[in-house]
Amino acid sequence: MADTHGAPEATMDLEPIDLAGMPPATLTEWLRTMVLIRTFEQESVRLSLAGKIPGGIHSSEGQEAVAVGSIRALGPDDVVAGTHRSHHHALAKGLSPRSVMAELFGKADGCAGGRGGSMHLVDPSVHFFGSNGIVGAGIGLATGAALGFHMRKQPTVALGYVGDGGANTGRTWENVNLAAVWKLPLIVVCENNLYAVETHIDQSFAGESIAGRASGFGLPSIAVDGQDVVAVHRATAAARERALAGDGPTFIEARTYRYEGHNVGEYGVYRTQDEIAEWRTRKDPIDRLRSALTARAALDDQAFESMVEEATATVTDAVRYADASAWPMLPGDRVAWPADQIEMGDR
Amino acid sequence: MTTTLTLSQAYRAGVAEEMARDDRIFIMGTDILIRGGHFAQVLGLGQEFGAERVRDTPISEAAMVAAGVGAALTGMRPIVDLNFLDFAFGAMDEICNQAAKIRYMFGMPVPLVIRATNGIALGGAQHNNSIEAWFAEMPGLYVAMPSNPADTKSLIKTSLRLDDPVLFLMHKSLSGMRGEVGGPEDLVPFGHAAIRRPGRDVTIVTYGGTVGKAVQAADRLAARGIEIEVIDLRTLYPLDLETVVASVKRTGRAVVVDEAPGYGGVAAEVAASIQEAAFDYLDAAVRRVSAARSPIPNSPHLLEATIPQVADIEAAVDMVMREPA
Repeated sequence: MADTHGAPEATMDLEPIDLAGMPPATLTEWLRTMVLIRTFEQESVRLSLAGKIPGGIHSSEGQEAVAVGSIRALGPDDVVAGTHRSHHHALAKGLSPRSVMAELFGKADGCAGGRGGSMHLVDPSVHFFGSNGIVGAGIGLATGAALGFHMRKQPTVALGYVGDGGANTGRTWENVNLAAVWKLPLIVVCENNLYAVETHIDQSFAGESIAGRASGFGLPSIAVDGQDVVAVHRATAAARERALAGDGPTFIEARTYRYEGHNVGEYGVYRTQDEIAEWRTRKDPIDRLRSALTARAALDDQAFESMVEEATATVTDAVRYADASAWPMLPGDRVAWPADQIEMGDR
Repeated sequence: MTTTLTLSQAYRAGVAEEMARDDRIFIMGTDILIRGGHFAQVLGLGQEFGAERVRDTPISEAAMVAAGVGAALTGMRPIVDLNFLDFAFGAMDEICNQAAKIRYMFGMPVPLVIRATNGIALGGAQHNNSIEAWFAEMPGLYVAMPSNPADTKSLIKTSLRLDDPVLFLMHKSLSGMRGEVGGPEDLVPFGHAAIRRPGRDVTIVTYGGTVGKAVQAADRLAARGIEIEVIDLRTLYPLDLETVVASVKRTGRAVVVDEAPGYGGVAAEVAASIQEAAFDYLDAAVRRVSAARSPIPNSPHLLEATIPQVADIEAAVDMVMREPA
């Protein structure tokens, strides 16, 4: 299943990451989660191509460090709202691989009971307010959650993801502005993976950078290396601190890359194999963290291999679970909007 | 005990009572804190409840509705006041793709009220869209459109106690209409139409701003010996077809009146439902009286020719009366 965790010789060219001040046990857990996400994504791509996942998916392989670095800086009651490419967010936030895989399969035991699918993963119990099929919509929900927290003086924050494509839609900036005006406890993480579907950011974006554009809205805005889980974590932790202190929202542009196409099965001619290889070899977030931990003698090959095996077993179990789960309804049944059954005006 | 209020005041009174009862309710909108909204619909609530609960926003409809949805997901009960329903165009994704679908997709309630003034008055094409059917068609949304102050107060109170998104629509030309309103626990349930005037010959089904015109037409027809039953739908979703169909079974003739263009509108839905449920009882084809398929002009003379008038309703009744039994 998992087969692209860099060969030892490839690590020679890896860009280094700075682990200063981070406890090895914490970093090891992040690595384990990133390996799980990658294994899950590789398997879900395979299953999608095999016709097991109705409707297709958007793989987050390559972007694991953004999800893990940012979500590990949050508290358990903080809200996260995602994008159309959100399997990594969901898994990092604590949705079980079983419930996510079953949802991708359209099964009754999926996190949304088969009503959602890849772009509508959700779990209120871990405060994951959904992946979202509409560009820029997730940060709107996060803005509202932040407003709710602000009004109730609740010591929690909301984090909304958006992509580089979402940096060109109006609703993104309406929400950033509103959050800045009201000093809401919001963190916006823009996963800039360079391509909105197949359109490179250079062809769609005027101005020096997304972070630069965001700074015009009167909130702190920084760009970080999204393939460096520690850098993402530091930026998010600082943003959370500001938010909880009542100092308002922060915008973080995390520069990252998706290894797969926009959607599974894409036949892409818009980027070169050399470009993909460069990101996979020199910048890979898993290889970089593995290498840094190995250099610190906090990890050896055997420990890493057992992480991969564990992830493979977890994903295999999730697939088995999803396969065994029932379909949500029988063919021929008709569905009505559930609220039709609600006694109107009785409350 | 009853009080006489304008429709705008009745709305405000209902909201104030609910805000006092439930501290999760707050309002977001442009120019609401001091100005009290473009129709004085929340005038004074800013002073009464303060800037935290009566929140002035930038002109960012998408963010206003999105923030309302997100806050509702955390357990708050927001009212997003768009002032004009025409401004909902800037938040259609947030209304239709987020608010409407989240309960279904996520299993989480979205107790959100989106208040807006609609209906046709002067002001030209871009401030007079009658798009209530768009929202009534959208699974996951409720739509209320009262025709008088009493229903306005009662229906907004019901809306604020529901767990699903409600489009609460108030007709421009009714803002100053005066009438008695009920007390703090007088709630009109959704999906319950009201019979404004009983009659045995023809059923007129309508809502919002055309209820008054239908009653006027009925008065004129009564002088000619034709007795009209006027049904005010009050909520466009859910639709109270039970009341409508029972009435048509008594009268055998129906005219459906609204101010929106007829194509695919609420009137079309009601007419189709009547023939499905009461075809054998009909003595004539169901007639619709709707607006022309046209943007709304500003000049009063053009406007009058574009939207249904009392005489048009009368003429439609004459047609259904003429058709042989």
